[in-house]
Amino acid sequence: MEDIIVCEGLNKYYSGVHALKDLSLKIKKDSVVGLIGDNGAGKSTLIKILSGAHQPDSGHIYFEGNKVKFKSTKEAMNLGIETIYQYSALIPEMSIARNIFIGREQTQYNVGNFGLMKTKTMQDDAMKALTDVELHLRSPDTPVNQLSGGERQGVVIARAMYFKSKVLILDEPTNHLSVKETNKVLRFVEGLKSQGVTSIFITHNLSHVYPIADHLCVMARGEKIADLDKKDTTIDHLTDLLVNG
Amino acid sequence: MSKNYSLRSLLVRPEVATFLMFLAIMIGFYIANERFLDARNIRIVMGITPEYIIVAIGIAILMISGEFDLSVGSVFALVPMTIVQMVHQGIPPWFAIFLGLMIGIIVGFVNGFITLRFGIPSFIATLGMLYIARSLTTVATAGFPPPFPHILPNELFVYQFELFRASLYWALLVAVVLGVMLHRSNVGNWIYATGGDQNAASSMGIKTGNVKMFCFILCGFLAGFAGMIQTFRLEAPLPSQGYLLELESIAAAVIGGVSLFGGIGTVFGAVIGAILIRFLESGIIMARIDAEWFRAGLGSLIIIAVVFNTYISRRATRIGQNKAKD
Ligand SMILES: Nc1ncnc2c1ncn2[C@@H]1O[C@H](COP(=O)(O)OP(=O)(O)O)[C@@H](O)[C@H]1O
Ligand SMILES: [Mg+2]
Repeated sequence: MEDIIVCEGLNKYYSGVHALKDLSLKIKKDSVVGLIGDNGAGKSTLIKILSGAHQPDSGHIYFEGNKVKFKSTKEAMNLGIETIYQYSALIPEMSIARNIFIGREQTQYNVGNFGLMKTKTMQDDAMKALTDVELHLRSPDTPVNQLSGGERQGVVIARAMYFKSKVLILDEPTNHLSVKETNKVLRFVEGLKSQGVTSIFITHNLSHVYPIADHLCVMARGEKIADLDKKDTTIDHLTDLLVNG
Repeated sequence: MSKNYSLRSLLVRPEVATFLMFLAIMIGFYIANERFLDARNIRIVMGITPEYIIVAIGIAILMISGEFDLSVGSVFALVPMTIVQMVHQGIPPWFAIFLGLMIGIIVGFVNGFITLRFGIPSFIATLGMLYIARSLTTVATAGFPPPFPHILPNELFVYQFELFRASLYWALLVAVVLGVMLHRSNVGNWIYATGGDQNAASSMGIKTGNVKMFCFILCGFLAGFAGMIQTFRLEAPLPSQGYLLELESIAAAVIGGVSLFGGIGTVFGAVIGAILIRFLESGIIMARIDAEWFRAGLGSLIIIAVVFNTYISRRATRIGQNKAKD
């Protein structure tokens, strides 16, 4: 299968801290990649670079075979790389429908970039997007702060699906979630594969990603220390890598 | 069941609570003195209210975006003072009005620039501007308040119709246009998102700095425009005009359900908040209570409104947390 993302020799420094050391990585299309590593391993740094939030100090990124240099998250989003950050990328007080369309509102009577929102269309499309990820909520007008943690991640995934992302990066999406809620999120992610979406699932909890991952990548101290297909490894081997670096 | 749910969700909307508070206060003062609601008193109160409504709308939108402006009271004096002085210098009235309103826009821009460029709290940047703009007004007064030049087209803005002044229609126009902008346009969505969670908003590609800058400029413009209307109504440019208005407009916004932390509020709430304050003032005077009680009443209203809104938002969050436990 072809690679959708290829990174070569990425380096990133934060005022003295060498957070990413010569990292190279290939990600196959339509797979679920588990990116694991202890806190501080550099996982978030890597995905911030892939999503355009940060720029690498050196190294190259190829997306679908073309060399890319993202100056902002918007540029990455336009190519179809959507990121679900460690902190929620939802506005708690705003409705589900408005959250799904933040920055990409459907508008009419436009003057330049500005226009009136097509509220009804946005509500209907929001409901449809939620149903597509098997999330059944009462109303698209419910404020997000009335949803549970798992439901919120579902809304974010629905948003990424609606805008036809090709790659979905999830940074610790199961942090602070109960077991039941975690399973819900894992089901959302598992469902993405059949819809032609590649996902990169970041966690420091191996047991969350192992059941759904096709490929596992272990990081420690800013370096990639293992990069394995699931069929070539075991949970014990990976645990050993995680604990002993 | 679902009907019940929607009634409940309506009641927990802060601006609806403000509206109920408004009705209660109106009825209360009406019982205390029937003349409170006769045409004469409504004409008096609604004659002065439009200026406060316009400033409160600007403040509310800026607060929803997550910032403050303490300089509105000073801009409220500076803009009309410069318009009057420019007309005295021989500048054509409409051009003077244009230049004067530009000053409001520039002050808003400077407030935004200092806040965003240097990453300091807008509370401090605009506190500085409060003093600077007031000082400039006094300098522009040149010692003694100048007479009002009657070639200014003030009737267009403040003409007294049967019951209401033209200024009320201007305020309603501002409310409708900005209400549509805030609640129906994509810009409004960006404003709520920016004030609700700036990190999340910018990760979704919203240029939060530009959104805030727009709100600062809008607020400065509206403060100047409202100040011009007041001077046109009084036909006297006073350097002290708008003294303490910054706090009163924040009070109006907060009573109307705007959150101090950004992300929550409506134009309707700010309008009701501003009207409520003016009727509270009038009601206290008409009930023959010592007028000094106005401030105590206003203070209590602010506290009640904020306590109530905090209570509702905690409840809303708890719904989500309880669900997670199911
Ligand atoms: N914005 C930043 N400024 C300075 N240091 C940072 C910043 N972000 C991350 N780091 C440092 O870079 C290293 C890797 O962090 P991170 O990528 O967040 O790790 P992970 O997501 O695997 O827990 C850590 O040592 C962290 O302290
Ligand atoms: Mg991290």
